Amino acid sequence: MLTISHLRKTFGTLVAVDDVSFGLEAGQLVGLLGPNGAGKTTTVSMIAALVTPDRGEVLVAGRKLQGDTDPNKRRIGLVPQDLALYEELSARDNLRFFGALYGLTGRALDAAIAAAVDLVGLADRVGDRVKDFSGGMKRRLNLAAGILHDPDILLLDEPTVGVDPQSRNAIFDNLEVLKKRGKALLYTTHYMEEAERLADRIVVIDHGRVIADDTLAGLSKVAATSGGRANLESVFLTLTGRSLRD
Amino acid sequence: MALTPLRAMIRKDLLLFFSDRRSVIVSFVVPIAIASFFGAIFSGPGDDREPAKIAVAMIDLDGSAISKGIVEGAQTDKNLKVTTPPEAEARESVRQGKIAAAVVIPKGFGEAAGSAFFGDGEKPELHVMFDPSRSIEQAMIRGVMTQHVMETVSREMFGGAQGRATIEKTLPQIQQSSMPPDQKKALVDMLTSVQQFYSRQKGDAPGSRPPGITMPYTVKEEPVTSGAAVAYNGYAHSFGGMAVQFLLFAMANMGVEMLLERQKGLWKRLRSAPVSRFALLSGKILSGAIISVMVLLVCFAFSMIVFKVKIQGSVAGFLAVSIACGLMASTFGVLVAALGNTPATARGMTTLAVLMMVMLGGAWVPTFVFPAWLQQATLVVPVRWAVDGLDAMTWRGIGIWGAIVPTLILLGFAAAFGALAMTRFKWEEA
Repeated sequence: MLTISHLRKTFGTLVAVDDVSFGLEAGQLVGLLGPNGAGKTTTVSMIAALVTPDRGEVLVAGRKLQGDTDPNKRRIGLVPQDLALYEELSARDNLRFFGALYGLTGRALDAAIAAAVDLVGLADRVGDRVKDFSGGMKRRLNLAAGILHDPDILLLDEPTVGVDPQSRNAIFDNLEVLKKRGKALLYTTHYMEEAERLADRIVVIDHGRVIADDTLAGLSKVAATSGGRANLESVFLTLTGRSLRD
Repeated sequence: MALTPLRAMIRKDLLLFFSDRRSVIVSFVVPIAIASFFGAIFSGPGDDREPAKIAVAMIDLDGSAISKGIVEGAQTDKNLKVTTPPEAEARESVRQGKIAAAVVIPKGFGEAAGSAFFGDGEKPELHVMFDPSRSIEQAMIRGVMTQHVMETVSREMFGGAQGRATIEKTLPQIQQSSMPPDQKKALVDMLTSVQQFYSRQKGDAPGSRPPGITMPYTVKEEPVTSGAAVAYNGYAHSFGGMAVQFLLFAMANMGVEMLLERQKGLWKRLRSAPVSRFALLSGKILSGAIISVMVLLVCFAFSMIVFKVKIQGSVAGFLAVSIACGLMASTFGVLVAALGNTPATARGMTTLAVLMMVMLGGAWVPTFVFPAWLQQATLVVPVRWAVDGLDAMTWRGIGIWGAIVPTLILLGFAAAFGALAMTRFKWEEA
């Protein structure tokens, strides 16, 4: 569904992403892990066509995106790390706007909004202003805005930052549902337990380069051979080291 | 360009604008309030109202026929509001700014002025105490006082008792003076003629007074507006100027909001959607233009209802100038977003830029008060064309042709701002 080949991006002298390659299949959730500044968000931005790579390419269903208005962009949904919502508008008006950007109108838009808010558990609050929502509700609405146009690929950039355990659990349940529906999910996170729970495969990125790409079981073997306890956190620290990054 | 995203962007921006009560108040209520204030100042008296009178105190320490005549003349002047307090009280009133000036007629003024009138005596001094912050009124008071002093002194000299006494006293002095004989003869002949003139006056009807020296002309003032029967309405200019100022502020704020949207990650969503860059900026520009035109129309509607402002020129021309002005302002707002780094720095810079534009563009005071070089220089300021265009369509009453040049120039500014914004906008969202 999604193929990333040899992506490279520099900002001045800083090499943010260097020769990153991995793939993502339908019905699969890939966890993209890495310390702060490792290049996760830049990689996601290049996949979503927000940043033009210096080298390499992103293929969506085997096709490279051509320009801003490429219809293939409809196959990608983005859930940014920030709460990218208009606080002064109602949830419904936010979703109407984001749906219209993908060409949804009329009944199709209404149906899409109903399905999205139903999935994230906000059907009874859809008429309320976003500024009156709790942090967890905003996160769920942020997810709803990303899936509104029913994309095949969903890019989730740390979608659970700052939410309570209940909302986080609800988001996990939503993602499980989407995975079962055949969506391809790329999930960046700092939380090892999230990746352990959700990810079919884990890509570890550090200093802009992919340093591991395997299943949880495969990565656990790395920690085991290093004499550590075989959980994802120990694997992560084994791969990326213990030095502070910020 | 797909219309669905464009319509959605315009709808969203209008919803956001009207959901922010502060924006609505700043954009609609504040310009109306300030324009009403400026309009009241610059409108002039209008058809049916008295002009504002200048408050002046007159202190007559002389008590002569001439000094009394001067005070009476000033009291009947339509431009002055005359009081006659004691000197100390008058000085304090000037100091406190309650009156513009106090005129003290010193003792002996009448007699000395009579002598000086025929060029013989020393000129007496009229003591004027004035408020230094009101120099324009001071100049006006000087002119009015000159008129009344000349009228009163000349009238008294040619027809009053003091004039006769002065001549009777002056004739022997001239005869004994060392003046050259030819000059002496000429002056004596003139004064003798005046005496003969007095003798004839005795036979006239009682109470009749010679007019003295009066202004040898009157002024017919004609305000040149859109028509012979149409009075100038200063509210038309003030509402145009203030509306343009506040819609520029509103659009600059829109630019700052775009930078805030970037900080919130909203532009990541916008850019990840299959929408062109042109459509994204066009949506902002069109929604901004709609808001701007609404601000202009609401302001002018208020001025029409409350202050009887009329579109004396072309309604189509007025709408053309308004739409072009709205596009200019909204592209300016988008340019703010393109050139600004952070919302805070952009806000500071644009406030300064808008204030400079409206000041130089004649939104506060008409550009004719500027030095000639500045009047020419302000032709590069878009606000100048907006204000001139609105003036042309309202109180100047110029037809559709008067709207064409301002409209085209404003559209030119809009195109330049939009093109610059398009090229300088930070499109990559890392």
